[in-house]
Amino acid sequence: MPMTMSQKILARAAGLKSVEAGQLIEAKLDLVLGNDITAPVAIREFEKTGAAGVFDKSRVALVPDHFTPNKDIKAAEQCKVMRIFARDKGIENYFEVGEVGVEHALLPERGLVGPGDVIVGADSHTCTYGALGAFSTGVGSTDMAAGMALGTAWFKVPAAFQFVLTGKLPKWVSGKDVILHLIGLTGVDGVLYRSMEYAGPGLANLTMDDRLCMANMAIEAGAKNGIFPVDDQTRAFLKEAGRAKYTEFAADKDAIYERVYNIDLSKLRSTVAFPHLPSNARLAAESGDITVDQVVIGSCTNGRLSDFRVAARIMNGRKVAKGLRCLIIPATQKIYLQALKEGLLTQFVEAGAVVSAPTCGPCLGGHMGILAKGERAVATTNRNFVGRMGHPESEVYLASPEVAAATAITGRITDPNEVV
Amino acid sequence: MNAQGTVFRYHDNVDTDVIIPARYLNTIDSAELAAHCMEDIDATFVKRVKQGDLIVAGKNFGCGSSREHAPIAIKAVGISCVIAQSFARIFYRNAINIGLPIMECPEAYDGIAAGDKVAADFDTGKITNLANGKTFQAAPFPPFMKELIAKGGLVNYVKARLKK
Repeated sequence: MPMTMSQKILARAAGLKSVEAGQLIEAKLDLVLGNDITAPVAIREFEKTGAAGVFDKSRVALVPDHFTPNKDIKAAEQCKVMRIFARDKGIENYFEVGEVGVEHALLPERGLVGPGDVIVGADSHTCTYGALGAFSTGVGSTDMAAGMALGTAWFKVPAAFQFVLTGKLPKWVSGKDVILHLIGLTGVDGVLYRSMEYAGPGLANLTMDDRLCMANMAIEAGAKNGIFPVDDQTRAFLKEAGRAKYTEFAADKDAIYERVYNIDLSKLRSTVAFPHLPSNARLAAESGDITVDQVVIGSCTNGRLSDFRVAARIMNGRKVAKGLRCLIIPATQKIYLQALKEGLLTQFVEAGAVVSAPTCGPCLGGHMGILAKGERAVATTNRNFVGRMGHPESEVYLASPEVAAATAITGRITDPNEVV
Repeated sequence: MNAQGTVFRYHDNVDTDVIIPARYLNTIDSAELAAHCMEDIDATFVKRVKQGDLIVAGKNFGCGSSREHAPIAIKAVGISCVIAQSFARIFYRNAINIGLPIMECPEAYDGIAAGDKVAADFDTGKITNLANGKTFQAAPFPPFMKELIAKGGLVNYVKARLKK
């Protein structure tokens, strides 16, 4: 039976020669992840299992990134629960403020995720690591607890949709536009329970940051995981991250895909997802006159160095529109430092934007940029559900860093080609 | 096991951000979470819901964030069962793991109105609208999940495994 890339990785982790869609398996885990919102629940459940310790101290990652630096007393207590657990159990990958970053930017950067790995995280955007050729998916806190205790998880082997990419993206169009376009095609439950497997010659034209962004939002199409083949760009990324050992898998040539989408990247344009679903995709240039109160550039979707480089290129020498609040949130300390060294942060501040410490913060309406009733934000984040960034009557428009930067300048949703 | 109660009916794509907004996720206390359940799409839900009531919803219930606080809040507020046309996969796992009864039944959504009294039989998967006598059949759980539910959720399953 031919297998998809995801199925091959799962088969190996389950110790099976082959698996097929729908089969229930138990797979060994290479990494179990949690954050300051989900880990405290997982720790409570972990204690109930009676496990003396975690299955492998080097294969658990605890990342306090959502409400940090601690936004209030309760959040501080949650982080404390994590910190004490990490210390008591000898967890090697606990990251304190000062070294912490947004989990799905931090773990790839640290070389903790790589090709062939099976990873579960108590965070829905754990699917990000598929960009590196891992099988990686979001679970809840109890699954995280079970994973920490046993080092295994049960999975229903997913079927897959294939996305065959050709061509090259036009200027000012990036991975975010691709994934928003795709979710617009599939709908928010279009790929439910399945893998989004990428293929085609167009992949070579996508940067690692593009791929991380695209894999990150697989969940927004309902998918179990999103996954990219491993190529020279992946290998270079892993080398830089210090990840030496990994196993590359590739889909069988005759693997079965329930549906195949053919996408010509050169035809795509800057895309915006309107409230209140990530599937409400429209072209930025055809958005009409939508004034904006806040722009957020950051998150596990688009808080990486290339996102700030391109935003700075658009904003440099210009000013943030009067009355608009523009928040720049580098996803990790490494990204922050590099953006500082390259002068990007200077350019943002001179333009009238504000630069924050790494945090998930406003993306989930946590802190550091909450919206009031009736306010609108353009954000490079991943969700625009009702109340996502604040008041239930506020609105979030999802966009690329290119569109976000252009919008920050004009004060209304803007295609970057209009300003540069 | 059975559930019987009044139905709260919601549309497609009820996401975990509206089930329990992130601004309340600085606690893991079930009662505190329950106090804000559904508040961004149904401000009076918590006031009106009674122990044993059911939620009936459209497609992709529980989409979005992996927060287990969502099924925890629904369970703690007194909901005895969520019936939906389909569930987002993380919510589905979480509900089973924590012992919140869920049933997948596309037809029930069309045949049940808000405020109807409904009975659900978890063993047979039969759903009865007591308002008009109509019955619906939910999709059965795979054997592995039945076993997980019978064991009382994932924690007990892990406990048993660790003892081996």
